[in-house]
Formats: sequence, C-alpha cells, structure tokens
Amino acid sequence: MDEFLIRALIGGFGVAVVAGPLGAFVVWRRMAFFGGTLSHSALLGVAMGILLGININIGIFAVCAVVAVLLVILARPTQLANDTLLGILAHASLAFGLIGLSFMEARRIDLMSYLFGDVLATTEQDIALILIGGGLVIAALVFLWRPLLAATVDEELAMVEGVPVKAVNLAFMLLLAVIVALAMKVVGILLVTSLIIIPAATARRFSTTPEQMAVYAAFGGCAAVAGGLWGSMSFDTPSGPSIVAAAFALFAVSLLVPAFRQR
Amino acid sequence: MAPSDPFAAADILLEASDLTVVRGGKEILAGAGLKVRGGEIVTLIGPNGAGKTTIIKVVLGLMKADQGKVMRRPGLVIGYMPQRLHIDPTLPLTVGRFLALGGSRGNGKGRARAAEVLGEVGAGAVMDTPLQAVSGGEFQRVVLARALLREPDLLVLDEPSQGIDVNGQAELYRLIARIRDRRGCGVLMVSHDLHLVMADTDEVVCLNHHVCCAGRPEMVTNDPSYIQLFGRQVAGTLAVYHHHHDHDHDAGGNVISHGEGEDHHG
Repeated sequence: MDEFLIRALIGGFGVAVVAGPLGAFVVWRRMAFFGGTLSHSALLGVAMGILLGININIGIFAVCAVVAVLLVILARPTQLANDTLLGILAHASLAFGLIGLSFMEARRIDLMSYLFGDVLATTEQDIALILIGGGLVIAALVFLWRPLLAATVDEELAMVEGVPVKAVNLAFMLLLAVIVALAMKVVGILLVTSLIIIPAATARRFSTTPEQMAVYAAFGGCAAVAGGLWGSMSFDTPSGPSIVAAAFALFAVSLLVPAFRQR
Repeated sequence: MAPSDPFAAADILLEASDLTVVRGGKEILAGAGLKVRGGEIVTLIGPNGAGKTTIIKVVLGLMKADQGKVMRRPGLVIGYMPQRLHIDPTLPLTVGRFLALGGSRGNGKGRARAAEVLGEVGAGAVMDTPLQAVSGGEFQRVVLARALLREPDLLVLDEPSQGIDVNGQAELYRLIARIRDRRGCGVLMVSHDLHLVMADTDEVVCLNHHVCCAGRPEMVTNDPSYIQLFGRQVAGTLAVYHHHHDHDHDAGGNVISHGEGEDHHG
C-alpha cells in the first residue's frame, strides 16, 4: 500500500474513533445543527490561523470555542429560537471566513481542501495532531461520561442531583470544537457534521446501551473511512465526499436490517 | 401563613417566602411562599400558568427569583420528579441504567438497591426494559424510584400523575402517601387532580401568582378565593369526596383526623 494511503487511513481512523462517541451525544442531544454551526465557523478559524500565522487547527479550535460560548451567552438576551441563532452564527462566520480568505488570494489558498477535506495529503504532523488531540478528547469523554449522560437525559434532574450541568455542557461543546478542528483535514468543513452524526445514527439500531452505541459509531466511522478511501482510489473520486458517501451507504443498509427482523 | 415559631422551625425542611419572578415583563410569581415540614405532604394547586412549576424550580435552585428567599435545612437531600421527562428515542437506555444515573451511592450494591426501590414503587418487572418501552404509569414510577434512590429528606413531584389513567392516578397518590408514611420524608407536589390528592394532603397551597389561600384541605376548599378560582362545581366534588373519608369535621368545618398525622401537627 502506498504510504500516503496508510497515512490517510490512520488519520481518518483517528478522527472517526473520536467522532463516533461524540456523535452519539450529538444525536441524543439533538445538536446536529449545532455541530454544523461549529464546522461552518471553522473556516473563519482557518482565515484567522493564516492571518495570525498560527497553527490552523488551533485557529479553528479557538473560533469554534468562541462561537460555542457566544451561543450560550446570546441565547438569553436575544430570545431567539436556538436554531435561528445557530443559522445566524453559522452563515455569518462562514461569510467572514470566506471574506478573510479572499484577502489572501495571493498566497494561493486551496479553499476546496478546507471545504471538502484532503485526507490523502495527510502529513505525519497531521497524524500526530490527530492522535494526541483525539486521545485527549477520548480521555475527557471517559471522564465526563456519566455526568454528561445524566445531563443528556434531563438537565434539570441532573442539576438537582448535583451534576454541574453548565460546566459539563461547556466541556462537551469544547470537545466538539476539537473534533471539528481535527476532522477538517479528513472530510472538510462542509462535511464534518456528517462524519459526526451519520455513524452514530447508524449505530442506534444495533445498540441497547449508550456505550454500545458510542463504540459501534466509532467502528462505523472507521468502516466509512476505509470504504470511502477505497472508493476514492478505485473511481478517482474526491476523498472527503467519498467517505461521507460510504457512511451514508452504511446508514442506508442499516435501515433495512430491523425491517427484516420484524417480519 | 402562620408565623414560624422556633419549635415548628426545628422540623422545617424548606421555606420560601416572598418570591417574585418576572419574566418577559410578566409577573409569574408575586410574593409567593411555601413551607414544607418533615413528614408532611404539601400540595400546590392552581390554574394553568399560575406559576406552580416556577415556584418549584425556584425552591429547587433551578431558577433564580428576582426577589424573596429560599431557605433549606442544611444538608437537605431532595428527590425530584420533573413535570416532563422526555427521553430521546435515539438514546438506548434501560430502566436500570436510568436509575444508576441518579448518582445513588455504593456502585456495587447499586443494582440490588435499584431493584428494591423499583419493587417499592410497584415497577419491579421493568429493570431491563428500555425506557422508551415502558408504559406511562410505569415510567412515572421509574422516575419516582430514581428520586427515592437518593434517600431524600424531601420529595419534590411536579404533576406526578401525568400520562396515567384515572385508576392509576389514585393508586399513584396512595403510593406517594405510603412512601411518606414509611420513610417519613416531606413531600412537595404540584397536582391538578384535586379530588384525588386532597385525602392524603396535610397542607394545600393554592397558587395564582400569589398564594390565594393555604392551609388544611378542608379549610382551603371552603375559602371563597379557592371557590372563585376553581368554580363551585369542582369545589363541590371535593366536598362529596370528603364524606367518604375517615375523618370528621368539627363545628367550624375543620377536620379532625383519626390517628394519622398527629405526630406532624402537634
């Protein structure tokens, strides 16, 4: 196997393993649109990263974190429905990101690779970042698991029972910001949400406990990465969209399974 | 409300006074208050939008009042049953796991303890059933079990009989009364089912943004402001119901209960 393909697989698997369990929480908490908003704002992070001359992933994480905090802060005074606020922030940050990048045309920014990923160009540095960042996210998720699950079931009940719900929620949003920054390389800003939610949604039908769903989602994500890369190599299709297409194919197949069982 | 004397205060679990909550320019609570003593069932009644859930959230610390204060006995453990508990269908969670999330102490014995309490609330068979698959009545019992697993000094129940048919409702309120008798905990609950709740309630607080009237059930149901709020028909139903019950009325219309309750209201 070619070395670049191995690097792509390792990077892709690393992201998928983390995105699966986080995606399960995104699905349970109905935060898919929130994930979309974070990923849209990631482009602004790219622009900031380049502009300030810092690591792009750090730029993405910083912008995502600011957007997450803004969402929490703005929710009360504006009294706008959550999805309206999410839509405003998603597209405003995407627009500002595109404007920011347009100033840097001279430096030949490959916009497409940010928007749709470029996993076949994964470097060893990328892999190190994914493994370290992903490892930290998994560790944090294991540590937060029980309070996060309690807050997911019912926030007020968890609060009365002594769970620091606000802190837990904030921590979860920051973890999402990390995974968005890491996953951009693999599927790109516009498709990040799909790598987070599709494997989790696929796993639901086979799971009887929350942990099972998280683990199955991680495996499903890896299968999508492998299948997508295979498709990308075989048919010379773009890698990011191919991975998402593979994830969707797995999801579609999973829909047939229980229908069979019921008959 | 009666002025608190030091003897009564000794057994007060929770006291809220003069609570005012304004949201969106509307006064949801206007100087409302309530008090729960150990072993006492306090029922909060009132029309829709009267601020019942709001006052519950304020005393639980889930919401900040703009004015007024809430005093809890130090170290008070509260078991809470929210009005609506929506479990997302995508979350695969069995009853047992749901109970374990409540933070009951002692992980090793957790399951045995959970089974015991499920039995206590009459839902012993559903331990391994997915939460989404239990019936409305079972679900409410399961949520009650989660509250009980905390060994609470005070149970706070926001419309516990939701989604339960009438027979099941009466049964649930009897269960709550039995739990109070057995455990000696205080109970603060919101209820619409006046005729079902009254029998076992020690104190009724009738809320319509402010406390319209409060006291023993029979006193409250004869109170003009209560009758005005709920209409004569409902008030009448209550009067009929009370004739079936095991207590008498003195000349003033006050209740003389038989046996039960004297240790709480000496």
